[in-house]
Amino acid sequence: MNIFDTKKELSGFVLAGFILMGLLPLSNTIVPEDSIFHVAGYQLSLWGKYITYAVLAMSLNLLWGYTGLLCLCQSLFFALGGYAFGMYLMLQVGVDPVYNTALPDFMDFLGYSELPGYWKPFKNPVFTMLAVMAVPGLVAFVFGFLAFQSRIKGVYFSILTQALTYAVCLLFFQNKFTLLWVDFTFGGNNGFTDFKKILGANINDASTTRWLFIGSTAFMLIVYALISIMLKTKFGKVQQAIRDSENRVRFSGYSTTTYKLFIFVLSGVIAGIAGAFYVPQVGIINPGEMTAAKSLDVVVWVALGGRGTKFGPILGAIVVSMLKSYATRAFPDSWLIILGAIFILVVLFMPNGLVGLPKQLAPWINRIRGKERRANTRKTVTAP
Amino acid sequence: MKKTLLICLHFLLVPLVYSDGDSSSRKMLEELALGRVDSVDDHLNDLVETGDPFIKVFVDAWRVGEIYEYELENAAKVILHRVSEQFELLTSGEALDVPEGREKYLKKSRASRSLRKDLSRITDTIDLASPDLDTRINAALKLGQGQNKDYLPSLRARFERETNEKAKRAFEEAIMISLLKNAEKPEERLGAVVRLGELASLKGRDLVIKIRNKNEIDGDPKLFAAARNSVLKIQKRQSIVENVGSFFRGLSTGSVLLIVAFGLAITFGLMGIINMAHGEFIAIGGYTCYVVQNVFESTFGIQSSVFQWFFWVSLPISFLVAAVIGLVFEKGFIRFLYRRPLESLLATWGLSMVMRQTFRLVFGAANVSVETPSVLNGTSTFGLVSMSDTRLFIVVFAGFVILITWLLLSKTNLGLYIRAVMQNRNMASSLGIPVARVNSLTFAFGCGLASLAGATLSLVSNVGPSMGQTYIVDSFMVVVAGGLGNLIGAGISALGIGVTDQFLQPLLGPVMGKIVVLFAIILFLQWKPGGLFPTKSRSLDD
Repeated sequence: MNIFDTKKELSGFVLAGFILMGLLPLSNTIVPEDSIFHVAGYQLSLWGKYITYAVLAMSLNLLWGYTGLLCLCQSLFFALGGYAFGMYLMLQVGVDPVYNTALPDFMDFLGYSELPGYWKPFKNPVFTMLAVMAVPGLVAFVFGFLAFQSRIKGVYFSILTQALTYAVCLLFFQNKFTLLWVDFTFGGNNGFTDFKKILGANINDASTTRWLFIGSTAFMLIVYALISIMLKTKFGKVQQAIRDSENRVRFSGYSTTTYKLFIFVLSGVIAGIAGAFYVPQVGIINPGEMTAAKSLDVVVWVALGGRGTKFGPILGAIVVSMLKSYATRAFPDSWLIILGAIFILVVLFMPNGLVGLPKQLAPWINRIRGKERRANTRKTVTAP
Repeated sequence: MKKTLLICLHFLLVPLVYSDGDSSSRKMLEELALGRVDSVDDHLNDLVETGDPFIKVFVDAWRVGEIYEYELENAAKVILHRVSEQFELLTSGEALDVPEGREKYLKKSRASRSLRKDLSRITDTIDLASPDLDTRINAALKLGQGQNKDYLPSLRARFERETNEKAKRAFEEAIMISLLKNAEKPEERLGAVVRLGELASLKGRDLVIKIRNKNEIDGDPKLFAAARNSVLKIQKRQSIVENVGSFFRGLSTGSVLLIVAFGLAITFGLMGIINMAHGEFIAIGGYTCYVVQNVFESTFGIQSSVFQWFFWVSLPISFLVAAVIGLVFEKGFIRFLYRRPLESLLATWGLSMVMRQTFRLVFGAANVSVETPSVLNGTSTFGLVSMSDTRLFIVVFAGFVILITWLLLSKTNLGLYIRAVMQNRNMASSLGIPVARVNSLTFAFGCGLASLAGATLSLVSNVGPSMGQTYIVDSFMVVVAGGLGNLIGAGISALGIGVTDQFLQPLLGPVMGKIVVLFAIILFLQWKPGGLFPTKSRSLDD
């Protein structure tokens, strides 16, 4: 089965894989540093960050674009995955010079004498990778089950997911919190930082940066392929039907609750893995990543790029992130005004986002061209 | 010579200018300091009777050596009070310059040791006779808790003569607390323990507990039983007081939420959009108060009595400002989004970002504060609980907002239109209701309500660019839990959430309390997905 719609898309996919996973890392190693084709390490990790954002946007698009669920807890899943991986990274730091213990700094600071039980399994990288998927997945499952079971949808769903994000964010901002009779600690508002090692390698090495970049891109391409496959299957059709008219789908005998729950969990897992790639490349994770405002940022990316399109979220995430890093330097004061204005304009005038823009403009362009052509033909008629 | 004349003249005028009560105590003090008193004890008792707070000032000044004896040129002796290097006549408080060359007639006045001791006793008990009720009660309780034997007689004497019920109770409480330690007979002490229980004295709780613990193993079994009983009684009263206090605090938190949520509920119910910029309209209200305050300050000055009016003036102004801004936004772009609720949520979020940053650019990123008008600075006491007047005002104001909204919706033409559009937009439109205008006005009204909430909030917290963000998630929850677009539901759930929050906070801490409330609402929606009062509709997709 051909998973791509057109040959163009297939070649684009292959080309993107070739450039991102082959050419860029190669130009980072082989090409000498003074050459214009050299890609610096910091640029690689910057783009790695953008790519994890792109995956995050894709995971939201899966929910919002294809299933019609505007979820405002995507940043929560992202940060939960990041925190799970951050726990592994924190345990790799080893004995620190300040407190002379193998515990993470903030635990020394908070007066812990030994590692809490739930931290211990995170010494194992395989367990960590499972947890990166399981923790956001579990949260999504429990919340999604409760929400979809009672048929909460539309704006209600958005508000509730926003409240969930807000609540968990408040929890993580605390140095310690008790949940179900267990005392949890995740470093309070400083979160995790100062990582040293990842899978035995130094986290600041050029090769680590390269492999992380390659990993993020590979993951993005996998998610892209996954979404493409899904759209071709019956599952994807039902999914989009739910978006267009949920009641009709339900009356046709499909359990929309199960479908929505599955997609919600899947989207949470994808966002969690993206978060796990994000943390080692950025070098920090704190509760600021899981605020409701961050979730709305993700919504902005998807809306700007093109909701319900395969490529739109990637484009939106990268364009907005680049614009942000440029504008925060160039117009530090008015950056939020610019972003807000873009947001309003996109919602008002570009319902299909950047990806849909050529199609939206096509009639205008045709009209202008048509006028020219008519003018030209008139000229040719009148000339002789 | 001229000066002396003036002083003499002054003496003649004093009885005319100064009221009897004020000058009599000062005169008595002067006689005391000049040693012209026959019986010191009687004189002191008379002084205490006046209850004049100046006596305290005088005794303190005497102790630190700021009281002088001075012989005037006509050989009359007066007492001078030195206040920051300036002499004042004791009897009148008028300034007096000691001319050069006459310093030798100035002598520091000293009280004898026994007089000093008596004086310090009367200054401690002087407040017991104060004409102000609260001062009297506080002084009594303070003396009682000190458990000093010397004050028992004066407390008892005052208790006999007190006429006010509240003060009488306080005096009795104080006497009983003091008796716990100073009782001469065991029966007296037992009586005090029992009486404290009957009075449900919170002040005496710890002392009674101490007696209970001391007599638990091998003390007086009678005393132990009485103490145990009393402690139980006191604790029962205490828990009532705490619960009522939490309830009132919750009521005022809920009232703020209510004003905010009313605006949201109206706009949502009417237009089906959640206004993410609602929080920023709260901030508009706060900043309007701030601006009006500054204008008043620069026009009238901070000391003037007109300045105290700024808050009342800023209330209607903040409503109007936000309503006009809301109207502009509605006409500008929100009206294009009525058929796309999720996208309107995004557009208003963009608007919220723009507004927040604008506040930051105009007013600065730091929080600004708004003065509380002096009328609202006090506290009011209702039986057991006392509540600050600002909080009380917020509760009353919320009631006022409910009333206005109810009147608007049920008694005016606009209200009729609004309800019609809420029920069925297309049908209302075909019956000739100007739907577009109704939309604009309702949106403006909702924004105005948010702004009013912000103005009242400026009384209890600071005004900042993101002040709305603190309340917006809560008020969304209020609207969802109450049933979208339902005002009664929003009212009940706002007060419910506010009260629950305040009851949970002492148990779980502020953050956990909030989280528990949020999860409780999520679970509540499992049971009633449409909120407390779900919108009834025959349409499938509503």
